[in-house]
Amino acid sequence: MKYLHNVSTLRYAPEKCVQCGRCVEVCPHGVFEVDDKRVVLTDRDLCMECGACAMNCAFGAISVNSGVGCAAAIIRGMLTGGEPTCDCGPSRSACCD
Amino acid sequence: MQDAKFERIEEGKALPGTCCGERSDGFPFPVFGEEPCSCGERRGSPKSDPGPLTTRVGEVVRVSSEWSWADSWGMVKSRVSAFRMNYAIPPGLYAFGEPTKESDVLVTANYKLTFDTLRRSLKGLQAWILVLETRGINVWCAAGKGTFGTDELVRRISETKLDQLVNHRRIILPQLGAVGVNSNRVQEKTGFRVFFGPVEAREIQAYIDRGYKKTREMSTIKFSMRDRLILTPMEINPALKRYAWLAAGMFLFFGLEPSGFLFKPAWSYGFPFVLLGLIALLAGAFVAPLLLPFLPFRSFALKGWGAGILAVAFGVQFLGIPEKYDGLTVIAAYIFFPVLSSYLALQFTGSTTFTSMSGVKRELKIGIPIYLGAAGISLVLIAAAKLKEWGIV
Repeated sequence: MKYLHNVSTLRYAPEKCVQCGRCVEVCPHGVFEVDDKRVVLTDRDLCMECGACAMNCAFGAISVNSGVGCAAAIIRGMLTGGEPTCDCGPSRSACCD
Repeated sequence: MQDAKFERIEEGKALPGTCCGERSDGFPFPVFGEEPCSCGERRGSPKSDPGPLTTRVGEVVRVSSEWSWADSWGMVKSRVSAFRMNYAIPPGLYAFGEPTKESDVLVTANYKLTFDTLRRSLKGLQAWILVLETRGINVWCAAGKGTFGTDELVRRISETKLDQLVNHRRIILPQLGAVGVNSNRVQEKTGFRVFFGPVEAREIQAYIDRGYKKTREMSTIKFSMRDRLILTPMEINPALKRYAWLAAGMFLFFGLEPSGFLFKPAWSYGFPFVLLGLIALLAGAFVAPLLLPFLPFRSFALKGWGAGILAVAFGVQFLGIPEKYDGLTVIAAYIFFPVLSSYLALQFTGSTTFTSMSGVKRELKIGIPIYLGAAGISLVLIAAAKLKEWGIV
């Protein structure tokens, strides 16, 4: 299943890549593949912006504006002015910590 | 051998992942029948089975692959209610079977259902299980928040003296944990090399047998109809609770007469509308998630609207709406209810395995003004129908 066309913020700079294969190992949608010993970006529309690849690329070859693809979290972020998050907001410290 | 029961850790202290009086999904409206927050309770501490294992670094609680009745019931409750909010086990080291200095170390979250799923899939294996404190949240979501993260992993490795417990220097993480764990930094700080294993726990044995190598299949997340079906109760359940407010509003509206509130019209006119709303709700929160890949369009809002308009068209005929109500009211129903389905289907983005933040933002940017507009127009239409009925216009 693919989500919206051409919205992903994933960027790959092959010139910085050392072909370590970490991105291939961590991507849950097969966005990165090894093709003839070179890592290639297959289809950006498959990317869900989870950020695992950028997090584990030690060479800065990948960037993505990662975050939760969740309507409730994004609406909450819009209402509170913060980043979208699955947490229940800053007021939680008042009751639970 | 002594039966080593876990004590509740940090007695009296709450899990920060849950919030008193606040919805876990942060929806800003009040909700009927929400479970109160039970701060400080952990529901799932495992008993050592058989007895604890004595190791170089002390006694380690042993767990098996067996599920008790309580484990199964805990899974069911976690799937349908807020029970899961506090379903956590103490973090730290566990032994599975008779692990040795050479056995693999598997890292997981302290959500009890995650832990249970992992140990069920390890039958026949000997391994160490390192449980991170993720505040009772599953690996993927916790990794997204950073609680299943680099710092927590580094801290647990040193706290449990993992370097003394095992002779090798490899730890296996669930692949989806990679969102929160920087494998390079973990290796720098602890000397342990991170292996991101398969997405699904049940493929761990095959992964190890293959020499810590994954097939493409093992590293790709799926989203089967069964997966989606399992997730729908948590869509329908909160939606129904909120719908109670809307239903109450509809009864009130249809019962409103110039002479005051009358129960007879409230019931006879309100009930078919409440039913129609329920049909729309199920179209958005159940049918759309279930039939996701078969519905046209990539947009969830459009998928939901499509399911909604079909369901509403069916409902309108089935309930005999056109014969019973003013034309304006019927138009309002056609405008409002499919939009409700659309909104609910869009909420399902939070449960899928493939929607991105940029995509959902785009949907909301276009969708929210349409939703609010549709709700506004529907209100004007039913108000006009009411005034017509009262002979004012």
